[in-house]
Amino acid sequence: MMRVNVEEKLFQNRYKVDAGRPHIQIRDPDVCRSQCQAQQCTTCCPAGCYTAEGNGAVTLITDGCLECGTCRVICTEFRNVDWEYPRGGFGILFKFG
Amino acid sequence: MHEKFDTIVVGAGPAGNAAAYTLAKAGLSVLQIERGETPGSKNVQGAILYADALERIIPDFRDDAPLERYLIEQRGWLLDDEAYVGGNYRAEAFNRPPYNRYTIVRAQFDKWFSKKVQDAGGLVICETTVRELIFDGDRVAGVLTDREGGAIYADLVILADGVNSTLARKAGFHPELKPKDVALAVKETLFLAPEIIEPRFNVKGDEGVAIEMVGKITKGMIGTGFLYTNKESLTIGVGCMLSDFAAQKIPPYVMLEEMKAHPAIRPLLEGAEVKEYVAHLIPEGGYDAIPKLYGNGWMIAGDSAGLVNAVHREGSNLAMTSGRLAAETAIDLHAAGQPFSAANLAGYKQRLDDSFVMKDLKKYRRLPAALHRSPHFFTLYPELITLAAHQWVKVDGVDKKSKEREVRRAFAGRRGWLGMMGDAFRLWRAFE
Repeated sequence: MMRVNVEEKLFQNRYKVDAGRPHIQIRDPDVCRSQCQAQQCTTCCPAGCYTAEGNGAVTLITDGCLECGTCRVICTEFRNVDWEYPRGGFGILFKFG
Repeated sequence: MHEKFDTIVVGAGPAGNAAAYTLAKAGLSVLQIERGETPGSKNVQGAILYADALERIIPDFRDDAPLERYLIEQRGWLLDDEAYVGGNYRAEAFNRPPYNRYTIVRAQFDKWFSKKVQDAGGLVICETTVRELIFDGDRVAGVLTDREGGAIYADLVILADGVNSTLARKAGFHPELKPKDVALAVKETLFLAPEIIEPRFNVKGDEGVAIEMVGKITKGMIGTGFLYTNKESLTIGVGCMLSDFAAQKIPPYVMLEEMKAHPAIRPLLEGAEVKEYVAHLIPEGGYDAIPKLYGNGWMIAGDSAGLVNAVHREGSNLAMTSGRLAAETAIDLHAAGQPFSAANLAGYKQRLDDSFVMKDLKKYRRLPAALHRSPHFFTLYPELITLAAHQWVKVDGVDKKSKEREVRRAFAGRRGWLGMMGDAFRLWRAFE
């Protein structure tokens, strides 16, 4: 598989980050760490917001989020993603879309 | 804000704008709520505009709409790892006005459409996220926004809040989307000078080309790739069923980069500079995945209603048409002094059923299941067909009969005659 740095791609985008108020949250991090084998969010998220940590945990940083909904839809087994749109005006601001 | 409107439209994409414009033009009071900084700033599409759907709403849209290029040529490619077999359809009929299809840039187009809504008398507020619907018994009575004192009331709410439709899910109108019913697409916009685009794609002036691709680029997943020409940019993207992405653990941006490196595609992108990377879900579950479309005090349109024809890569036209039909349903009821009850809004479903929207979706209702059962269409067949083409084209002293035998053997050996007959039958049934 080709190595791709998604951050380089996201760097082209325009965001208005709602600092300290992430619009998506992992409901129970323990579920990701100890129960979820697949951790699909870590490969499916097109912005690479979810990282599989060495210790089995999954961490989420929403700053680069493209607001697509993938992480919520694929979390079929545990429904462990609390997903809202950002506050009005915040988040990704597509220049072209 | 304790005003009450005739109608509230949530979302300023093609469905929401079509609905809001049609309502406002007919004289109903309309509040349209958009969460983006401006209409379009949250919206993603390939993007091809199908003129017909918009023409039925704004007949003279060509006078001032921001259009990129009108399409005179459609290319279809079947790709193996290092080869492709393709067909082009280029017609002079597409080179005469009124043009049938255009590439557009959604951030600009949606802003233009929203201006039309405002000119028609609609009130549009941006930077406002609707958190949930307000109910009065089982009737939708308004929306709760994230603004101070954020409750706003209306006789009718039209949901055009996009594929994720958080509002419909929270209200219990929809179940959660299923990964097998939704495609994840990623796309880049790359700047390239028109002087390079035109000779490279064999077009001039405002002419444009669309390329749709199927094959090994999607790594065995059900999906397609595309490359479109804008005026001064190209858009390239790839989308596959989310269930496949989840199963194969290939990040979508890796798929996109590998596709861009394909020997048939790379030369077309040479010198182009990436300016934006986007992602979007597309509801591709088809007819059988369409949720309830109306109820007491509400209707739902566009992507939020799952109205996408994945086979023909049509969505924005179904969105505009459904938005318009929802509005026309409301306008007729309003004129007749009838309430927006579920029984009366059933007229919206009827109008959709009578239009190309439901007829087309119904026609292909078997396709999603057929594709899920025959993934060979995306891997094995492109490989076999490029092999056949290779044998046909390559001159190497081997006699033609032997070449034919080798091709036949490859098809029979790799898939088997029974398997191929099964695939052909399923495909025929799905397209019938």
